[in-house]
Amino acid sequence: MSLASFLLQLLNGLSSASALFLVSAGLTLIFGVTRIVNFAHGSLYMLGAYCAYGLGEFLAGHLGRGAVSFWAGVALAALAVALIGALIEVLLLKRLYAAPELLQLTATFAVVLIVRDAALAIWGAEDLLGPRAPGFAGTVVLLGHAIPQYDLFLIVVGPLVLVALTWLVTRTRFGVLIRAASENRTLTAALGIDQVKLFTAVFALGALLAGLAGALQLPREPANLGMDLAIIADAFVVTVVGGLGSIPGAFLAALLIGLTKALCIALGNVEISGIEIAFPRLTLVAEFVVMAIVLAVKPHGLLGRPPVPPSSTPLPEQRELVSAPGRREAWVAALLLALLLSVPWWRDDYTVVLATDILIATLFAASLQFLVGTGGMTSFGHAAYFGVGAYAAAIAVKAGAPMSAALVVAPVAALIAAIVFGWFCVRLSGVYLAMLTLAFAQIVWSIAFQWESVTGGSNGLVGIWPTEWLTGRVRYYFFTLALVAVAMGALLRIGRSPFGFALRGVRDSPLRAAALGIDVRRTQWKGFALAGLFAGVAGGLFAFSKGSISPESLAIPRSVDALVMVLLGGLNALFGPLLGAVAFTWLTDTLARATEYWRALLGTMILVLVLVFPMGIGGAFARLVRWRLRT
Amino acid sequence: MLSVDRLTRVFGGVRAVDDVSFSVAAGELVALIGPNGAGKTTCFNLVNGQLVPDTGRVLLDGARIDGLSAHSIARRGVGRTFQVAATFASMTVRENLRVAMLARAGHEGRISTLASAVDDDAVDTLLARVGCLDLADAHCAALAYGNAKRVELALALADRPRLLLMDEPTAGMATRSSARLMQVASDLAKLDAIAVLFTEHDMDVVFGFADRVIVLDHGRIIAQGTPDAVRADPKVREVYLGEGANTSTRKQSGRQ
Ligand SMILES: Nc1ncnc2c1ncn2[C@@H]1O[C@H](COP(=O)(O)OP(=O)(O)O)[C@@H](O)[C@H]1O
Ligand SMILES: [Mg+2]
Repeated sequence: MSLASFLLQLLNGLSSASALFLVSAGLTLIFGVTRIVNFAHGSLYMLGAYCAYGLGEFLAGHLGRGAVSFWAGVALAALAVALIGALIEVLLLKRLYAAPELLQLTATFAVVLIVRDAALAIWGAEDLLGPRAPGFAGTVVLLGHAIPQYDLFLIVVGPLVLVALTWLVTRTRFGVLIRAASENRTLTAALGIDQVKLFTAVFALGALLAGLAGALQLPREPANLGMDLAIIADAFVVTVVGGLGSIPGAFLAALLIGLTKALCIALGNVEISGIEIAFPRLTLVAEFVVMAIVLAVKPHGLLGRPPVPPSSTPLPEQRELVSAPGRREAWVAALLLALLLSVPWWRDDYTVVLATDILIATLFAASLQFLVGTGGMTSFGHAAYFGVGAYAAAIAVKAGAPMSAALVVAPVAALIAAIVFGWFCVRLSGVYLAMLTLAFAQIVWSIAFQWESVTGGSNGLVGIWPTEWLTGRVRYYFFTLALVAVAMGALLRIGRSPFGFALRGVRDSPLRAAALGIDVRRTQWKGFALAGLFAGVAGGLFAFSKGSISPESLAIPRSVDALVMVLLGGLNALFGPLLGAVAFTWLTDTLARATEYWRALLGTMILVLVLVFPMGIGGAFARLVRWRLRT
Repeated sequence: MLSVDRLTRVFGGVRAVDDVSFSVAAGELVALIGPNGAGKTTCFNLVNGQLVPDTGRVLLDGARIDGLSAHSIARRGVGRTFQVAATFASMTVRENLRVAMLARAGHEGRISTLASAVDDDAVDTLLARVGCLDLADAHCAALAYGNAKRVELALALADRPRLLLMDEPTAGMATRSSARLMQVASDLAKLDAIAVLFTEHDMDVVFGFADRVIVLDHGRIIAQGTPDAVRADPKVREVYLGEGANTSTRKQSGRQ
């Protein structure tokens, strides 16, 4: 590695760090005051880029291309996004401040879906390349390398925003209010501060930062529909590493992550004692290692403070009595099994394929229900374990292993991943935990995406078919049914085992559990690992059912899909995962066939559910079904 | 049994517990009293490992336990009830006790057996002891406050502690039931030779049951000794006369 190439990468890393810092600062600011983690913050960033493109083009049409139309476009885009942010806050978040964080996150994810489709409708699916920034279009030659002037400009923007925000928070009346609200919520209420306006203003400011970041990114990267989730995952890593609620922490973390990436790329391929290591391919692993080290030493991030309890608001369902399944449940189970056995005779092959999907989704949702319901751990990254299982099975098959071996490898790999990630996750709770699980899942996704030689990159792996005696949709359906039934039985039994009760006890009252001699973290860790194991079983089945596997199988939307299934079916409901999986799969299948904009529709439905049952959509659907059955 | 040596814990600028030393012997029933915010609960939290002291030591039978985690201190025989009763809300009373029995036996990690395989006679005995046998199948989240406190005591006892810490065990109870509950605690101390340390606002309970009383104010011990000696202490009178008028209202708003 030459000094010059390192410098080049360093500057590149720093300029990306700026955008990341702007988004993270907004995220962390909003969280500090409102205690809401805004999943849709990446969408605001994406909107910033699209608005800058749209407004820039519009202004260029009237004023001609040039500095004025470009910079005015950027500024107006940031303001437009601030306005959209304020609108989201007033229309939606206002109603969710007292809701459990699981619902807050789910609701803001619904906004992600809606914004994505809105952008698709307005700007289309094509990437939109913006103009170069007037005044910064050239390059500067440094040590023989040409460095874009715009990168240098962005490097300066980050610290400038940090200084401006610090000034705002420490020197203005608005800042005093922000600090009062983040440090002591009851105090602000007592002081008679108009919290309603304050929250809206803070949200708009956070949105402004995200919009600005997106708008400024346009000359470097075309506006595209994948920007939202790509940046939000990184921003979650940055805010968790920096410490939730800390703006300087976000700055430090963004620098740290940016520099780590730069270093990896600059190192290039290095030969260490005969083994060639391709560091550029390890950027994500490096990011993970940095995050892991920071969190192992400081679970609440570089400059974060442990949350003042309660760090999480439980769902009302978590106080409901969980009764042991009795004779009636056994009858229902038998009936359902008979019904499922008859599926191949219903209609056509498509029904069988759909039913196989539903069974796999049921097991996946059940493993998440175990984690969120029984364990009380909110995960937004459960697809990681599903995906690791699926990839492990696929890779095993590609390596020549028989299907039976691959189906053993799948849960084992998922278990190992869950053990490693779980170690960090159980040190946190509430939104912190949710963000960390999502960050881990995104890292796994990126590895699957980037490690082409093993995972096939974005194309994934194909040709993963079941053994001969299981080929055919119907046969594989029965095989899936058998395995899912056994796995569900095992999960159910674990729920009634001493460990299952201990896990639920830890969820209900960690204080009491510890006072009885139960190791809270260890119990949660084990619960996390078991949930991962069962997700891995589902993942293995999935790989063989599709015959192929792609990074999509472990992307964020899949994690959220499973969460929606769990919420639909109920956190405690015995048949909740099945009910949720049926409803959700049927719904998305119907919507996807009816309209191009099914995501927005799905998002709208999630919002309606959350708003109608703000204290817990969990089980509302299940209760409704029960109620309909009774009357 | 328990000996606390120059314990200090500071929150921000507040010295919640300030240079506190005392000891409790097996078979002894000791009351820790003081106005709200005096540092009683913090003291408990330091002893049972929920908090780590800034300075000072906690010794159980001569071995240091400060700095250990709450669950390992529980494993060493320290049981506790909380100011706001902590039970498992999603379970029945019986299931709560099953978890406690399983934890006591070290079986809380098992996945191949069923929790319901616990010896329910032992559960019944415990419930009968605290007078809650008829509540065995009640949903814990739906219990009246006094009953929740009783169940909590049964939970702590299921662990067969050598040292029992009770934080305001009778808060929210009628006089008769609080006397009964304290009788259970007193029997424990005398018959099973358990060391019992409790906090209490009701002076009748304190002077009726305690062998010794320790008075805390602003994190410091201002008096300790027999109930009679403490009652006569002018410093104690000052603290309680100054505060006395509104202890009953503050009792409700006390934090954990
Ligand atoms: N976790 C905590 N963080 C900050 N301050 C605390 C904490 N716990 C207790 N305190 C403070 O320590 C002091 C003693 O509280 P506590 O031990 O609960 O008193 P008591 O139980 O005697 O009413 C109070 O001023 C209280 O506000
Ligand atoms: Mg107290």
